Parts: sequence; C-alpha cells; structure tokens
Amino acid sequence: MTAANVVADNVVPTRRVPVSRGYRFELVKLVSQWRIRLLVLACWIAPALFVAAVSRQSTLPVDTLFGRWMHATAWAGPLVMLGFAGTWALPLLTSVVAGDVFASEDRLGTWRHLLVAVRSPGRIFAAKALASLTVLLLLVTGMACSSAVGGVLAVGNQPLVGLDGHLLTPSDAAGQVFLAWACALAPTLALAGIGLLGSIALGRSPMGLLLPALVALAMQLAQMMPLPVAVRLALPGYAFISWNGLFTGPRQLAPLLIGIAVSLVWAVTATVLAYLLFLRRDFTNLTDDGSARRALLAGALPLAGLLAATVAVVAVTTPATGSGIEQDKVQRSVATAFAHLYRMQTDQLNRPAVTENQLKATAACTKGSVADGAEGAGNDWRCVVSWHLPGVATTGQAIYQLDVTPDGRYVADGDGPKEVNGYFLVRTPVGDAPNPLWQFDGNVELLATSPKG
Amino acid sequence: MDTLLAVRARGITKCFGDVVALDGVDLDVTQGQIHGLVGPNGAGKTTLLGLLLGLAVADGGGLEILGTPVGRALAAPDGVAGFVDGPGLYPSLTARQNLAALAALRGQDARTAGIDDVLAQVGLTDVADDRARGFSLGMRQRLGLAAALLTRPRLLVLDEPSNGLDPAGKKHVHGVLTRLADEGTAVVLSSHRMDDLEALCSEVTILATGRIAFSGPLGKLAAENRELDYRLLTSDTHAARELALGTDGVRVVDDAGLRNDADVLVVRALVPALDELVVGLVRAGIALRELAPVVSPLEAAFLALTQQQEAGR
Ligand SMILES: Nc1ncnc2c1ncn2[C@@H]1O[C@H](COP(=O)(O)OP(=O)(O)OP(=O)(O)O)[C@@H](O)[C@H]1O
Ligand SMILES: [Mg+2]
Repeated sequence: MTAANVVADNVVPTRRVPVSRGYRFELVKLVSQWRIRLLVLACWIAPALFVAAVSRQSTLPVDTLFGRWMHATAWAGPLVMLGFAGTWALPLLTSVVAGDVFASEDRLGTWRHLLVAVRSPGRIFAAKALASLTVLLLLVTGMACSSAVGGVLAVGNQPLVGLDGHLLTPSDAAGQVFLAWACALAPTLALAGIGLLGSIALGRSPMGLLLPALVALAMQLAQMMPLPVAVRLALPGYAFISWNGLFTGPRQLAPLLIGIAVSLVWAVTATVLAYLLFLRRDFTNLTDDGSARRALLAGALPLAGLLAATVAVVAVTTPATGSGIEQDKVQRSVATAFAHLYRMQTDQLNRPAVTENQLKATAACTKGSVADGAEGAGNDWRCVVSWHLPGVATTGQAIYQLDVTPDGRYVADGDGPKEVNGYFLVRTPVGDAPNPLWQFDGNVELLATSPKG
Repeated sequence: MDTLLAVRARGITKCFGDVVALDGVDLDVTQGQIHGLVGPNGAGKTTLLGLLLGLAVADGGGLEILGTPVGRALAAPDGVAGFVDGPGLYPSLTARQNLAALAALRGQDARTAGIDDVLAQVGLTDVADDRARGFSLGMRQRLGLAAALLTRPRLLVLDEPSNGLDPAGKKHVHGVLTRLADEGTAVVLSSHRMDDLEALCSEVTILATGRIAFSGPLGKLAAENRELDYRLLTSDTHAARELALGTDGVRVVDDAGLRNDADVLVVRALVPALDELVVGLVRAGIALRELAPVVSPLEAAFLALTQQQEAGR
C-alpha cells in the first residue's frame, strides 16, 4: 500500500493515523451532545447537593447501607451514593454512554463516512471504546468526588463507623471510600462492555441502548434471590455489593477480589465479542437495526457460557457452599459488631472505658424455630447477645431481631432491654443522642468457613 | 496501461442473502475520466460504488483500485474518497467542524488542509459556521462533496451527487468535477439524471439487475443504430402526418402518451429515414419549426437496454 502513496504529489500522503485522532474525534462527538454535557454536569454537582441536603435532614435513609451515619461523618454520604449508583445510576449511565457510541452512528447514518475517513474498523472500535470509557470515568469520578465534597462541607471530616461497628479514622475512611468507588469501576466496565456489545449487535433498536440497564437489573434481582454463593460471586454485578467488605476489620477481601476479577473478565469478554462482531459488520447497509439471531448467537450465548464457566471456577476454587449464611457466622458477626458499638455507647455515656476483650461478647442466634444449625436469609433470625463488664458479676444480655438478606447483609434491630438497645436515643450527660446499639447494619462474610466445633 | 486505470474490476459478484446485487460486473475507469453509472432502482449501483469505497467486500471477482488489489479485509483503499446513499455528516457540528474532524481523522492538520478552499469550491462559504443539522438536501450533498475533495482523492466515488441540487449548485458541482478530472482524478458517479451524465461523462456503464448492459464511451451508445422517437412541430400537422405515414422507415407514434398537444407529431425512425422525411416536408411546403428526440440517446439506450434485460430474465 505504501508504494502507491508516493505517486502524485497533490495527494495527501496517507500514513496510518494514530488512534488518538479518532479518540479525540469520538470525544468531541460525545461532548457535543447535550445529553452527555448534562450528565457530566449532573454527576459533578447533584451528589454534593444530595449528600449535603440529606445529611442535614432529621430523617436519614437508614435502609441504605451507611445511611444511618450520614449525620455523623462526611464519609457515609459517598457510600450511600455508591450504593445508589451501583443500583441505578451506573447502569443507566453506561447505557447512555457505552450503549450509544455505536448506535449513534447508525442513527445519524454516518458509518460509511467514518469508515471512509478512518479506513480501519479496528481503529474506529478502539477509539469509540476508549472515548466512552473516558466519559464513564469522568462521570464516576464526578459522583465520588462530588458526594465526598458535599459530605465534608455539610458534616465534616469525622470518623466513620464500619460495617462491623469498628471506628475508622477520618483519613482511613476517606481512603476506603475512594477505594470502594474504584472497586465499583470493575462492574461498571463489565456493564460498559455489555453496552458496547448490545450497541453493535442490536444497532439502532432501543433494546441495544437499554441492555446494560436490563442486565444490571437482572443481576440485582438475582442477588436478591437465595442463590448458592458460588453463583452469587460469579455474577458480574457482585462487586457492586462486595465493596462492603472494605469496611469491616479485618477487611473481607476474598469476595471483593473475586467480584472484581469476575467483572473484569466479563468486561474483556464482552468487549472482545463486540469487537469481533463489529469487524464482521456490513457497512453497505445504512440502517442497521440489528438482528435478534445475531445478538443471540454472538452475544448472549458466549456470555451464558462465560457465566457457567465462572460459576464452575468459583465453586471449585473457593470454600463456597450453600447460601453462605450460617448460624455461627451470624453469631460471630453480631457479637463483634455489638462489642464495637457497645464501646461507643460506653463512651457516649461517659462510663469507664472497656475493651472488646473485656466484654467477651457472644451471641446465640436462632432462625425461626431452628436453634441448631440454622442457615439462610430471612427476617426471622433472633439473637441473644451476652457480655461481661469488668467487676460486674452478672452477664449482660440483650436481644436483637435480624433481617438477613441473601447477599449476607443484615439489619439488627434492638429488642431490649430499653437502657441497652431498646430505644433509639440514649441519655447522655450533654443531652439525648442516637443510640448506636438500637439498630445497626452488619454483614456475614459469605465465603468465610466457619470453624466448626 | 494498468497504471492508468483507477478502477479495474473483473467479474465482481455480491449477494445479500438471496438477492444477487452484482453478478459478474466488469468495470474499467481510467484516471482523469468521469465515468457515469446508470441503471434502474435496485440495479446495484450503490452496491458497486460501496465496493469501490471499501465499505463492503465482494463475494467474488477481482478488484484493483489505483493499482492496488483490494483484499478480503474490510478497509477503505488509499486515495479514494466519496460517499454512497447521501453523505455522512454530524448534525451537531458545523460545516467547518465536520470538515476539520475529517481532516484530523485523515491525519491532516486542520489549518493547512484547505477547508476554506473546498467550502468555496462547492459554494458553502456563507454557511460554513452553521450546524449541519439545519442543512437542506442540496447543502448536505455539497458538504459531502467538500469532504471528499478535502482528502484530495485520486478516485472520487459519488452516489447520486446531483440529487437535490439547484441549478447553481449543479453548476458548481459540475465545474468541480470537470476540474478534478482535468487534474487527473478519476470520478465514478451514479445518477438518474441522464442530462447530467451526458454533460459530464466521457464513458458510461449501464447496470441492470446486477449485470452490465452497456459500458463504453457515450458516442458509442448513440452510434448503436437504434430507432428513436422524434418530436416534430410543423406549420401543418395534418399534412405532415400524412407525409410521414407515406415515408419508408418512418412510423407515426400515436400512443406516445407524451402530450395531447395536437400540433405535435411524434415519429419513430432511424436517422436516414428521418432525413428523408424532413426533405419531404420542406419540399411539400410545410415549415419545420422544431425537431428533437423525445428522449436523449442515453436515455433511449438506457430504456431499451434495461427493458431488454428485463425481458431476457
Ligand atoms: N444491505 C443490503 N441488504 C440486503 N439487500 C441489499 C442491501 N444493499 C442492497 N441490497 C439489494 O441489492 C440490490 C441492489 O441495491 P443497490 O442499492 O445497489 O441499488 P441501486 O442501483 O443503488 O438503486 P437506487 O437507484 O434505488 O439507488 C437491491 O435489490 C437491494 O435490495
Ligand atoms: Mg442507490
């Protein structure tokens, strides 16, 4: 090809144009869309406003993880935002951005123009994938930073109560918060890959645009069902949940890393499938409305295979069995969280400090009428927590009702006695304060093996 | 010899499922030549031009563009520009931005690429900074041509470029194309406008249902001795008609269906017989006010050849 280039001198020498040119053009096109501009603006502003506004309200979003701590620290807000983003915002954003980069050329009928200009489908693909990735990163970074700034301005840089009740210093909390957001990038990338695939396989049809959102919704529904742990971890959306493990001590890294790895494998596979499909596209056809058969054969089938393979790999390589929610794990988790929070309450009440070791908190949990070997999700868990105080002969006892969801999270609801966990306020020397023991969030590490006996 | 050929296609075949869009098409386009492509709707013109642009890969046959064989891989060949089925434009960008983006994608520097120059060539200077969203069909066509010119192609491929152009625009475009051809660029264009092609092209190819019905210089088409319909306006239509009926080799076409104008006589004849009729008219004292073919030779050939092809199927 190069020999032909040196012929006439009025001809522009056509060397291989670097992908960066195409990348810049794709960015220009994306950013010239009002929709994208508004999204960027919204992602950089709305979370700050939301966090600041909610933090100053009297009622907090307690049903969202860390929502109950939004009064207390700036770092709860970004985590509430992350929970919300994992459920709604990120799937929708990937739909709009990644799902649209290819379909927009179909809508505008500009494929041929682009192909004649760039003269390499491979480079078009790379430029588009990179450009949509950049915009997504911009949006996600915006949400993380904006919500953090909103929190710091409205509440202040205070320690954060972790998922097992232990206190994270403000700087630790900040680090973990940004790490959690970074972890959420992995499943976002998986959705983006699926978005690219849908956008190419389904062309202009709205299904292509909606695909990431639909997949994310399906994954969420799946996470709400009592699935075996191996399947749960092998779903690409699990990393939207498993960042929770960063906020326990010690951190539950195994499920988090597995979730991220699975997400990245999905992202790569979906992108490669999209690439292969793209290279086989027929560009003479101006309007590509996609074909259900092609989408099924080239997209859904390989991904279903991938799911089966990851389930198998996770099942074989991890100690995951059953639902992962077992009696002694629940007991340990509740006892640990209780001990941490009890210290907090002691502190609030200006009582002599105790340590977790002195408290020796234990929990005895039953699920419904099952007293021995109870397992699985449900709102019929009931735990009796016992603890000791130095110099006090009697054992303290308190009751909790637990609502454990299939993903291992639970809300423990204090059921008395009143002065420990039965009332949402405690009377402190400086007035009433929220009682940390009254209600708390916790989680059961699904992967951990319980030391039997 | 081959180096002079901008396009050399041999036995090109292209199918879409059951539809055979191109069936053994040969095409030679010399550099510096404007080559016209005509054919009924669905004949395969766009498909053929798409192959030249590298938008699709032929199922069979060999294609050389600017001396380089086109491989199996989907990729636009070097030195080729143009568009099929209307130019691709980004509506949210202005005319100038569209061209600048294209120049950047081609590895050119937008400032030195001559954007203003090509905009002037197609007569879009006044709207250079308007968004392409609001462009009319003709303006879009012109901008598409400007985009093609920007890359200074050695082969320009245009699918119905005069579609939607006003007379001034057409003049612009024709001027540009003729100048390009003079500079040595090969131009392949399809059109449904026979008059455009007759004005522009040195050679034409007539496609019908994926096959070549004719390919060669325009003159050769007219020389292919074929009876044509002629329209005569005389001082005495009735007498002229009687005379025509009496002339050998001349037939009066009553059902021409062209116009109910009683003053007009339509006859079908070869040129020699027509000459004889004219001489007869003048000798009989009938004044001949107008004599013209009802359809142009290209159009007549087009109709005849495509009908032939239809019948042959
Ligand atoms: N992408 C495609 N998928 C299926 N069939 C196609 C495709 N492109 C073209 N065809 C078919 O190939 C044949 C030739 O189409 P083509 O567009 O080349 O015709 P054309 O000569 O450009 O027609 P027109 O004058 O209407 O523009 C038609 O029968 C058309 O239906
Ligand atoms: Mg066409």
